[in-house]
Amino acid sequence: METTDNNNNINSENTPRGIGRRDVLKSLITLPVAGALVYGAFRKKQLEHYKHNELLKTLSLDKGSETPAAYINETPGDSTTLRVGVIGTGGRGLYLMRSMGFIQPKWIDEWTESAKTNKQDNRVEIYRQMDNLNVEITAICDIFTVHRDAGLEASTNIHREGSNGQKGKPARVYKNYKELLAADDIDAVVIATPDHWHAQMVIDAANAGKHVYVEKPLSLTVAETYEIEKAVKENNIVFQLGHQNRQIESHEKAKEVIRKNLLGKITLVETFTNRNSPSGAWVYDIHPDTNPQNVDWQQFLGTAPDHPFSAERFHRWRCWWDYSTGLTGDLFTHEYDVINQVMNVGIPDAATASGGIYYFKDGRTVPDVLHVSYEFQKLDLNLLYSATLANSQHRAKTFFGSDGYMVLDNSLMVYADRESNRYREAIQDGVIPTDSPMITHVPGKGGIDAISSPTEQYFAQRGLLYTYRGGKQVDTAHLHIKEWIDSIRNGTPVSCGIKEAVDEAITAHMGTIAYRNNKKVFWDNNKKDVEFG
Amino acid sequence: MSKNNYSAVQMVFLVALRISIGWHLMYEGITKVLQPGWSSYGYLMDSKGWFSGFFINMASNPNLLSIVDFLNVWGLTLVGFAMIVGIFSRLAKIGAMIMLLFYFVAHPPLMMADYLFPGEGSYLWVNKNLIELLAVAVLYFFPTEHIVGIDRLIKQFRKK
Repeated sequence: METTDNNNNINSENTPRGIGRRDVLKSLITLPVAGALVYGAFRKKQLEHYKHNELLKTLSLDKGSETPAAYINETPGDSTTLRVGVIGTGGRGLYLMRSMGFIQPKWIDEWTESAKTNKQDNRVEIYRQMDNLNVEITAICDIFTVHRDAGLEASTNIHREGSNGQKGKPARVYKNYKELLAADDIDAVVIATPDHWHAQMVIDAANAGKHVYVEKPLSLTVAETYEIEKAVKENNIVFQLGHQNRQIESHEKAKEVIRKNLLGKITLVETFTNRNSPSGAWVYDIHPDTNPQNVDWQQFLGTAPDHPFSAERFHRWRCWWDYSTGLTGDLFTHEYDVINQVMNVGIPDAATASGGIYYFKDGRTVPDVLHVSYEFQKLDLNLLYSATLANSQHRAKTFFGSDGYMVLDNSLMVYADRESNRYREAIQDGVIPTDSPMITHVPGKGGIDAISSPTEQYFAQRGLLYTYRGGKQVDTAHLHIKEWIDSIRNGTPVSCGIKEAVDEAITAHMGTIAYRNNKKVFWDNNKKDVEFG
Repeated sequence: MSKNNYSAVQMVFLVALRISIGWHLMYEGITKVLQPGWSSYGYLMDSKGWFSGFFINMASNPNLLSIVDFLNVWGLTLVGFAMIVGIFSRLAKIGAMIMLLFYFVAHPPLMMADYLFPGEGSYLWVNKNLIELLAVAVLYFFPTEHIVGIDRLIKQFRKK
């Protein structure tokens, strides 16, 4: 081999003056490579486009999604400020006040401080961008002085400021909710008290003509569920149960998947709770000022069995049947309401349950591990709930159908079943994948669509929530309360009204009754009561 | 640089390396051009290591992010094209090295770094971005565009 090749040398003797053929050839010889790349890229894109369209056609999604991208409704024209009373200003009550625009100044202080060192922390900004609902907190009620003070402080924070900010008029403070309900400067109440108080408070509020937003679960027993329904209907109030999952965009997309029958016949739905922390198991901190002087213990007990003052029971009331509905009422209802939202399943026909107190042997009466199996005979459907409070592995809600299955979280993924008759041809043609989802919906991205890139799949699988440019992050509890307030103002529908609330409560109670009696229970829709098999 | 005298075999492999890297960069660019709504947001937000703050800031500012996206997509496409056809040789390779350096320091394969975007291989401290960067550096010091590439024509025109 020659060590020097003149042909590769630009200072070739052949080209002292003009540009020779060799120059042109060597200059342009690699140009076709760029051409080949553009051609290849174009063909690849074309092929992907073809497969994508074939997939959409197969799934009848080629005419676009029926479900418009979720947006925030304009607040209706009525400019009258709605006067709201809050009954129960503990953790959840304060959160709901925050979602209405009344935040404890300490949160703004904390977020501002955190944003100084972490530039990604834009919580203050996002919070201040939240819509103004045009409400005034005119009254608060709590039976614990510490909660009362916190609620009062939040009620004055009309400008969403930190501790040094300008404050507004404080709410009137009531020590008994009945006095609050009797006040005439209140149009509506938000109820965030322990479960055993929901029924009486909703009934009294409805009878006082106040609109009601109450936290889940609706009730403690089957009987009181129907008393609530009666009071709400008779008084014609606007009622919303606090299942803010109703506002999650992917759930609306999931409805469309069901409506278009993309999964085939659905025979099994699995839902789960996995938590592994003291607060996840309702072992909340006990405030040092919790004592009989600061807590109206008799009012806390209400109709619950008598018990000497207990700071533990006061803060960790979810651990006792006396005040709580346990796993079924507190956590399964979140899961069930999504299933009811997506599939409109209603009240099941039967339930069996098993479980126990396996890990938190702290004197509680409610189980920390539980399985409930629900039968919906008319739908040929079984709904399984599986829960443990001693492991935090995430298990996602899954809908199993004869043609595919849907995994639903904040994101949504639909997979084809390998054995599906309907998709057999499309699977053989490579139009429908079986090892990755055929449809995914990532929140904030708008329409329902087929997967287009591995990155998108990756984000979708992990349900990662991040804001897209132009997108907006919004608190679901805010949207849920806003829906209720809009309904009060102009009669638009609420998504978790009394019908959905009754479905939720009865379903939860059937699981509880089956567990506590260790028997299969059946629902008698005529008697509106459970029966044992 | 114009005094390089390469053997035929040296030329073949240097040009092949140049075209391959050019192809890789240009195709990365074109796929992003063809993908509506593509953004480097996720990649930047997932940055780890000493410079992660810099990249996360980039992603957090929507205006800056759209500039970064634009520069990245068209930078890749044009630099890749330039390397394939052999035009603006030095500028293209400096551009390629800058981009590859950014990719490397945004996602350095550190011992403790776990990335959302899984790598397709196993790396420690050295990864393919670094290797590609070094390969471009080699091409920078062993240029071929003035022999096989449009730069040859440009050079001849200038001589006239």
